[in-house]
Amino acid sequence: MPPVSSTTAAAPATAAAPPGPRRIPALPLAAVLTAALLGSLVCAVAVGSAGLGWGQVLRLLGAGLTGGRLEADEAAAYAIVWEIRLPRAVLAAVVGAGLAATGVAVQAMVRNALADPFVLGISSGASVGANAVLMFGAFASLGVWALSASAFVSALLAMVLVYLTARTAHGLTPLRLVLTGTAMSYGFSAVTALMVFAAARGEAARSAMMWLLGSLGGATWGSVPIAAVTVLAGLAYLARAAGQLDALAMGDETAASLGVDPDRLRRALFVVTAAVTGTVVAVSGAIGFVGLMVPHLARMLVGAGHRRLLLVAPLAGALLLVWVDIVSRTLLAPAELPVGVVTAAVGVPCFLLLMRRRAYAFGGGR
Amino acid sequence: MSTDGTGALDLAVDRVSVDLAGVRLVHEVTLTAAAGQVVGLVGPNGSGKSTLLRCVYRALRPAAGAVLLGGEEVHRLAPREAARRVAALPQEHTAEFDFTVAEVVGMGRLPHRRGALAGPSAADEQHCAAALDRVGAGHLAGRGFLSLSGGEKQRVLIARALVQEPRVLVLDEPTNHLDITHQLEVLALVREAGTTVLTALHDLNLAAGHCDLLYVLAEGRIVASGPPAEVLEPGLLAEVFKVRATPVRHPVTGAVQLLFDRLP
Repeated sequence: MPPVSSTTAAAPATAAAPPGPRRIPALPLAAVLTAALLGSLVCAVAVGSAGLGWGQVLRLLGAGLTGGRLEADEAAAYAIVWEIRLPRAVLAAVVGAGLAATGVAVQAMVRNALADPFVLGISSGASVGANAVLMFGAFASLGVWALSASAFVSALLAMVLVYLTARTAHGLTPLRLVLTGTAMSYGFSAVTALMVFAAARGEAARSAMMWLLGSLGGATWGSVPIAAVTVLAGLAYLARAAGQLDALAMGDETAASLGVDPDRLRRALFVVTAAVTGTVVAVSGAIGFVGLMVPHLARMLVGAGHRRLLLVAPLAGALLLVWVDIVSRTLLAPAELPVGVVTAAVGVPCFLLLMRRRAYAFGGGR
Repeated sequence: MSTDGTGALDLAVDRVSVDLAGVRLVHEVTLTAAAGQVVGLVGPNGSGKSTLLRCVYRALRPAAGAVLLGGEEVHRLAPREAARRVAALPQEHTAEFDFTVAEVVGMGRLPHRRGALAGPSAADEQHCAAALDRVGAGHLAGRGFLSLSGGEKQRVLIARALVQEPRVLVLDEPTNHLDITHQLEVLALVREAGTTVLTALHDLNLAAGHCDLLYVLAEGRIVASGPPAEVLEPGLLAEVFKVRATPVRHPVTGAVQLLFDRLP
């Protein structure tokens, strides 16, 4: 007979303890994520087909920041680091942060765990505009800006259309918003599909596909600042509204009783989400998964409170997308994988693993 | 508060009518609650109880009339200002996001928080812990709100209302889905809160036992009001609820209780 150990006797007591959700303190986690993000940006600049050494990359980054002197033969390497890889890595971080933050906002806004920034019809709307450029050369007078401008304008038009259709005398109700956005998405997708079909050129269809799945290949210092400013402004607004988002997530009645006007807040969130998502989609295409899953990932780590969530989710989104981009451009180099393929390949297993390991009430009691 | 005649009344609903989707659900309802009173609102399903309560905590705007808190019109106050005077336990069960009990209670400090970026202060946290202890839920602080039982949830929501430091507490069927122990417990907690209370209740015996004053609502109109023993008489109950009510005296407490069966 095996000896009875003291641990078996103690087991019932620990089992009876109330199951509190395990949470990680948000501030230390944010510090770790920030450090990891900065390190990852350096990695993203160092890794690539041109075969620059780590030492050289660090020296070139330092030279650019401090105005240090370059060797004569380093001009090409300097251009690769500063004009190609760094803007791309920074854009990945900005896009990841923007999608994660708007994902948090939209999920609270429509009180639906399955919502993401694209549920309001924005990505499919932007696709129509982008494909009009890719397929038929629309807005050619705008030059290199044609694609981004067209995607941005059509994203906003799509959101205005969804807003006006979903609006009732009682304001925007969550379910109507989701249903209207979803229905409109199918409509926009049909228009995009029709354009791809009508163009009937293999290469155009391929670039349309690439755009739909997202790509950071077009990053330049021309596009990064606009995206960064919009995302930061959106983040600032959302951080200020964190307490109100908590109240809204509990329900419209509760929000009203806590001094938050749910209709007004929802309208403001709609505008902020539209601006941020429209900008992000315009510079990177429709990158899926990040806006849906990163908010949940962050909730599993720090809980549902929006102050902590809006600190951690953007950092996690930025970190994820920087690495996703590294993988997407190195795995099959010199060919590039669409970002959406890699976000799914990297993110889905991570997410499922975390969900199994942690007690997470996903859209309902446990 | 104000020094005029309505100052002594914490809550006055003055000829309030409410329309929803073009249909008038509440017709010129007038009711009052003096400081510290527990006022019950009873009536059949669909009589407009919830609709009227929603006007008091500002989830709805009346089509006509006014809701006065300490003499001031609720809908003229800033939303945060109103939320510092009236707290609510709405009938609303959202189960999408897993806040902890401490986070849910902390939301009650939202109307008091200065500076949008400021998190809960140390004083706020003490306030919340004290409120949780007061409703006997201190041990639940770290739990997920969604994992609580119905009785525990109501206690936590009462704690959230308490940290709002309201003068008036509005409750919409606070005993719904609770077993009898928890029904009595919740109503005792509400009484102990010390605020003026306006509560909708389905159970007429609970209403009779726990309210100082009752208003009976039928088809959006007040049809009777007064102390429970006067209001809950068989004739009115037959007319409003379509039941036959027989008052009996409780053999232990001596309180009048109602027994119900179908009208002959």
